[in-house]
Amino acid sequence: MIPPIHPAERISHRVKKPELLAELRTFLPGDAILFEQEMLKPYECDALAAYQTMPWIVVLPETVEAIQRVLRLCNDYGIPVVARGAGTGLSGGALPLDNGVLISMVKFNKILAIDCDNLLAVVEPGVTNLAISKKVAKEGLYYAPDPSSQIACTIGGNVAENAGGVHCLKYGLTTHNILRLKILTMAGELVVIGSHGFDSEGYDLLAILTGSEGMLGIIIEVSVKLLPLVPSAQVMMAVFDCVEIAGKAVAGVIAAGLIPAGLEMMDNTAICAAEEFCHAGYPITAKAILLCEIDGTAEQVTEQLEQVYPLLLSLGAQTVEIAHDELARQKMWAGRKAAFPAVGRISPDYYCMDGTIPRHQLAAVLKSIAGLSEKYGLPVANVFHAGDGNLHPLILYDGNVPGDFDKAERLGSDILSLSIRVGGTITGEHGVGVEKINHMCIQFSLATLNQFHAIKAAFDEKGLLNPGKGLPSLRRCAEFGALHVHHGELPHKDLERF
Amino acid sequence: MCTSELVSQFQEEILNAQLEKSRLQIVGGDTKAFLKPNVPASLTRLEIGGYQGIVDYQPSELVLTARAGTSLTIINETLAEQGQMLAFEPPAFGRSATLGGIVASGLSGPRRPFAGAVRDFVLGCKIINGQGEVLTFGGQVMKNVAGYDVSRLMAGSEGTLGVILEVSLKVLPAPKKELTLNIAMPIESALVQMVALRRHYLSISAVAYENGFLRVRYSGSKTGILSVLDTSVITDVDVESSQNYWHALKEQQVDFFHTKGDLWRISVPPATPVLSVPGHWFYDWAGGLRWLKTAAPVAAVFGAATAHGGTARLFRSSQQAPWPRQEVALPLARLNKRVKAAFDPSELFV
Ligand SMILES: Cc1cc2nc3c(=O)[nH]c(=O)nc-3n(C[C@H](O)[C@H](O)[C@H](O)COP(=O)(O)OP(=O)(O)OC[C@H]3O[C@@H](n4cnc5c(N)ncnc54)[C@H](O)[C@@H]3O)c2cc1C
Ligand SMILES: Cc1cc2nc3c(=O)[nH]c(=O)nc-3n(C[C@H](O)[C@H](O)[C@H](O)COP(=O)(O)OP(=O)(O)OC[C@H]3O[C@@H](n4cnc5c(N)ncnc54)[C@H](O)[C@@H]3O)c2cc1C
Repeated sequence: MIPPIHPAERISHRVKKPELLAELRTFLPGDAILFEQEMLKPYECDALAAYQTMPWIVVLPETVEAIQRVLRLCNDYGIPVVARGAGTGLSGGALPLDNGVLISMVKFNKILAIDCDNLLAVVEPGVTNLAISKKVAKEGLYYAPDPSSQIACTIGGNVAENAGGVHCLKYGLTTHNILRLKILTMAGELVVIGSHGFDSEGYDLLAILTGSEGMLGIIIEVSVKLLPLVPSAQVMMAVFDCVEIAGKAVAGVIAAGLIPAGLEMMDNTAICAAEEFCHAGYPITAKAILLCEIDGTAEQVTEQLEQVYPLLLSLGAQTVEIAHDELARQKMWAGRKAAFPAVGRISPDYYCMDGTIPRHQLAAVLKSIAGLSEKYGLPVANVFHAGDGNLHPLILYDGNVPGDFDKAERLGSDILSLSIRVGGTITGEHGVGVEKINHMCIQFSLATLNQFHAIKAAFDEKGLLNPGKGLPSLRRCAEFGALHVHHGELPHKDLERF
Repeated sequence: MCTSELVSQFQEEILNAQLEKSRLQIVGGDTKAFLKPNVPASLTRLEIGGYQGIVDYQPSELVLTARAGTSLTIINETLAEQGQMLAFEPPAFGRSATLGGIVASGLSGPRRPFAGAVRDFVLGCKIINGQGEVLTFGGQVMKNVAGYDVSRLMAGSEGTLGVILEVSLKVLPAPKKELTLNIAMPIESALVQMVALRRHYLSISAVAYENGFLRVRYSGSKTGILSVLDTSVITDVDVESSQNYWHALKEQQVDFFHTKGDLWRISVPPATPVLSVPGHWFYDWAGGLRWLKTAAPVAAVFGAATAHGGTARLFRSSQQAPWPRQEVALPLARLNKRVKAAFDPSELFV
């Protein structure tokens, strides 16, 4: 469906398509400009395929100067611009605009430099996440953040979403693993942010850019940190006959002073789907499993294993199975890694949520989600980064059944509100995009949203970069607030209702 | 005064300053004022030190939330009781250092290359901006991408964007045992060995070099450390307890810092070779942070740092204010200015 564009967030301009095309042709080769329906089709959505918009014009520049010229042109004419990496985003961040230019960054796919002595790589934004680790593996190094989509997603998209992965519990998110960015502002100015040293003078704009969802600048180069490959890793699977006990066990592991490299949870629906899909050896009768990976030097792994194994049993696991060799380890992870596509096979459509909550709330929140699933009559599969408290409830629905997506959206919305209520956030790693833009109005006060708008204007005065994503207009919030009364009071009662 | 009254009072002081078109210096424990030599002493001070207290600390969540005036000593003690720590090892520079000052000055200790900097551990914060508005960013959870990451931006903002009222920090389990290898070798070899150490997965938590000795702190086990090093350059090795040396280093109490002369803080990519500025050098952060005592001209120091893609800052000096600051590329300087204006449009906070 076409997501409703809020009138306050729509950027109108009077530029005619042929006029802009003519200007673009003065510096872009013909095959780098797409404007016909069938050519535009692949760009109409990202991985949140429920929302689609046919782009106005797509450009695929190959040089920084070309992007700069596109930006200057659009900035002068007041035309909105959206950047796109691999389009694996799950919140509609790269969703195009029907009167805007979509800049595809896929041609920026070169690894520019590898500096092993300083443990860093300089890459163009269209390089895929996994390509970096592959390239430096022979040096005994790797890039730590490992989103499940890492074969496909780009580093530019990772920075824009502050992507995480299974191993972020121990090794950090994108924001912890980048050193320097080169960006272009909407006005086309090239700014270098950060450095190859451990710190830089001035404001930490790297922090603001990371997770900014393409709203502040176009990322044209990224310097990422590299880490030495971990010599030894072992994964174990703890099996539970009750979801809440598994949730409590997660908090218990962290409370014991352990930081596993990964601590992932799957519930019965996810276990069955994954097992059917790739035969990872998961017990299909279990109510939940925890996959707990320990890594480090051989010595550290042995030492921690001796601690974690009995700990999981004492926290209520019925059995704990250790993957004894690399093959067994890969197999144990395979089910988790393929969980999304696996769920995709048991249901015509699914809708992935991304709320993050304090770990001690896991058990209670999982229980509430089960209740909501029953209330709306839609199954929910849970497969998520438990150690970080980052939930991924997958709401199963059928887009061909009238009203089903509506129900899925409402169920999702309830889960987001629940996440906020228990002290969490609406999104841990997938971003706000178009999907959760209304919920920003619940999570943040009017004054805080205003501050975000001021930051946005510092980078993009005219508000042309990715409008209608990530940051709601205050008018949207006033209207949404009128529908969504929480804690018995309106969030922005001081704002006029439209 | 109760804490909510204090917040209203801060807001009032800010709004007053706005009316009077005066400027404000935010002060925590006032231990790091030397870091702002260019700020005139006559400015009105906005004292945050009284806004104290740990608001929430749940060891199992690995998160501590406290008001900005809370003393660093209290925070460290509270964490130690639970076997946890601030992994970025902030320098206190005096008994009265506060959480707000630690975050605002953005300084991290020897563990920084191995564990991360202040900004890496900030999960959320509450601030008052230049309009006197109380704003909340981030939260108490490990992952959060709703809204721009203003919490981390506050780290190192030196009190120029707004008043930090409250901060949530990620904390980590403290290592049970730490020891230090003290290895004699010349600096040129040491810089090469530091690279070798970082390129291997080892249980290292600090690497420094001073006066002919490479010091390597390990947490847990020293397995592998010596096998990574090139033994031909080592003239002597011994093991010492870790506590005192690294504490003294981060608080700048080791002898090096007591010698006369201007003290420079230079941040460069860690594998940068020896910089050719005369003076005494101290290497922390496995080569990434270099302290220099020198009488060399300012331009020579800035020039050496810039040539290697680094930055230099005069840290302590008897020179008259204003101290020179390294030039920032124009596009970045303009952006910094606009970001400052987004938080503090009337330029109240200096
Ligand atoms: C099966 C599956 C599994 C996933 N697993 C994970 C996971 O484990 N962890 C996780 O964090 N995410 C995960 N994701 C989500 C997604 O892969 C990430 O958000 C990823 O970072 C998006 O990268 P992309 O290149 O596809 O970006 P896109 O989807 O193309 O764009 C995402 C956003 O980034 C902006 N953007 C892209 N490139 C640039 C640039 N050069 N400059 C400025 N802005 C830019 C876009 O405007 C948009 O707002 C998963 C997705 C799928 C489909
Ligand atoms: C090795 C070393 C040696 C040092 N030696 C000295 C020394 O000898 N003398 C000395 O005075 N300092 C010294 N400092 C600097 C300093 O004392 C520290 O950075 C200290 O931790 C700051 O804490 P504080 O609470 O005392 O902050 P303050 O000194 O009060 O303030 C530090 C900075 O933070 C800002 N700030 C403080 N609180 C807030 C808040 N709540 N919100 C927003 N901004 C705030 C201030 O505006 C200022 O820019 C040293 C630092 C280092 C690293």
